[in-house]
Amino acid sequence: MTFLTKPLPRLRAGEVEAQSAEGEDDRVGTQQGDGACRPDHPHPPLRGDFSRAQRGRGFQPWLVSWLQVGPLALILCVLFAAPTVLFLVVSFFDYDRVGIYPAFIMDNYRDLLTTPATLRVYISSLKFAVIVWAITLFLGFNIAWFLIFHIRNSITRTILFLLCAIPFWTSGIIRTIAWIPFLGRNGAFNQILLDLHITSKPLTFLLFSDFAVIITYVHLFTLLMVGPIANSLSKIDPALLEAARDAGASRFRTMVDVVIPLSKTGIVLGSILVFTQVMGDYFVVKTMSGGQSASIVSMLSTQIQAMEYPPASANAMVLVGFVAIMVAGMMFVVDVRKELVK
Amino acid sequence: MSGPSADRPWTFYVLGALFGAWLLFLYGPMVVIYVLSFQGPNGGVTFPMVGTSLTWFRDIIRPGQMANIPVAFGRSIGLAALVSALTVVISVAAGLGFRRRFPGSGVLFYLAVASLVMPSLLVGFGIGLGFQVLGLHPGLFTSALGAQLTWTLPFGLFTMFAVVSRFNRSYEEAANDLGATAFQRLIHVTLPILLPGIIGIAMGAFTLSYDEYARTTLTIGARNTLPLEIYALISSATSPTLFAIGTLTTTVSFLLIGVTLVVVFRMQRRRAAVVVKG
Repeated sequence: MTFLTKPLPRLRAGEVEAQSAEGEDDRVGTQQGDGACRPDHPHPPLRGDFSRAQRGRGFQPWLVSWLQVGPLALILCVLFAAPTVLFLVVSFFDYDRVGIYPAFIMDNYRDLLTTPATLRVYISSLKFAVIVWAITLFLGFNIAWFLIFHIRNSITRTILFLLCAIPFWTSGIIRTIAWIPFLGRNGAFNQILLDLHITSKPLTFLLFSDFAVIITYVHLFTLLMVGPIANSLSKIDPALLEAARDAGASRFRTMVDVVIPLSKTGIVLGSILVFTQVMGDYFVVKTMSGGQSASIVSMLSTQIQAMEYPPASANAMVLVGFVAIMVAGMMFVVDVRKELVK
Repeated sequence: MSGPSADRPWTFYVLGALFGAWLLFLYGPMVVIYVLSFQGPNGGVTFPMVGTSLTWFRDIIRPGQMANIPVAFGRSIGLAALVSALTVVISVAAGLGFRRRFPGSGVLFYLAVASLVMPSLLVGFGIGLGFQVLGLHPGLFTSALGAQLTWTLPFGLFTMFAVVSRFNRSYEEAANDLGATAFQRLIHVTLPILLPGIIGIAMGAFTLSYDEYARTTLTIGARNTLPLEIYALISSATSPTLFAIGTLTTTVSFLLIGVTLVVVFRMQRRRAAVVVKG
């Protein structure tokens, strides 16, 4: 407290900081520059630094950041936030066969939430999401681990990564229907089973079933898990794993106590991506279940095609709320932002 | 680094087998459609093969029922190129901006997350509804472009986070100390170092756009992109033409990746050479 009562130094606080920072720069500079670079000038001239400080005085650093993120913020507000607010508003509107009318009624929500079909569809979508999440997490983590820690040659690793990524350059629609000739009654897989005498009759549950839907999701979305997890794993220093082993940790303990805590950002990011992709899907369910399963969005798309915008909006808001709660929950477990934006 | 002959733990073989099985799983159905795209003129969408032919490839470009495919392909490429360019410029700038804390950075971060996880059809629904309310006609380079950006921009931003976290800021400080202006520093130091990541963003955004149908379907207006054209084909009739399209697009992707890979390797080699010389 006595410090504060003393008269302030002549320099303003900012300049003091700037000077001490320059001083540090200077020291580092001379340490590195000693001998090798500039033996004649152990203290490089500071003129350039001072002019930089003067130039920078007009701009607040956060203002520069705002200029840099401005276009992104603008686009997200206009094309994402505004439409979302719009269908929140429309979800309270009234409608009939002819058009939609501004109103504030809860009927759309009441109809939606009291229909047994809604609950059934949510449970079915959630079931798919959980099963696919578990499978892709298992596959994604192990594949990422293999690529990062077992492949030592960086060119081999790049090539293997590309091998994983190449199918993702083919349209998702085509990759979905690619399973039809493979899994069908006379499909390639049944043919192989018959030729190997594993089964005597072709298996029929393979196509147009929940099984087919899950297989297709795993095929489509595993890379979404591999990418973020591999990114997290690649930041782990292998020396840490050695240290854990030297300290007597088993593989399992190393995994639980060292690797998973350090890669949780990637795990959560991948999980969010896979989960939301499954919840937002309508094409795969429609195509691969043979009409036996519906998804939330396929229900919604039927309403949109019937031009029933207010109930479709209410449906959309409930889905958005549901997804938001799930994602917020996952991000609560791991502060993704703190890990990503350093 | 020790060679492959150095003793490996047993987990290497287990995970290697898993990886191999996964690749088989990934490519199995793809190989089936590549083979079936050469189906004979009387063959169907499943096995057995009835001879081999290029009928279905010719079907793609033949004017008539499939006349829209080449046009739709052109539209998709044009849109994807624009989306890719905009994504690179906007998300690289934003990624650099996020290196500082600024007021509102938290809100913008969660806005980007929300935009990324929003069920895709709903984005198109919202934008389509907005255009209707404003009395605008949806179009390829207006509403469809916008709908795709809500997906590619967060992707670009998140990739930038990963790229920037590996970036050593002392290079920028060195540029400052040598008297570079902010612009010189950006052009000669920051961007060249980030270039491999930026190429990744460009390719990723291109693919996401080129392949996108759920966001685009309600915002496209009258003229379809390729995925929507394929989507329409599936609902109307199934023929090996679809598989021929798949084979063609995969071939194009392979060429694209090959070229990019050569460029990136060259770049790395040149850099390695510079480091050795320096």
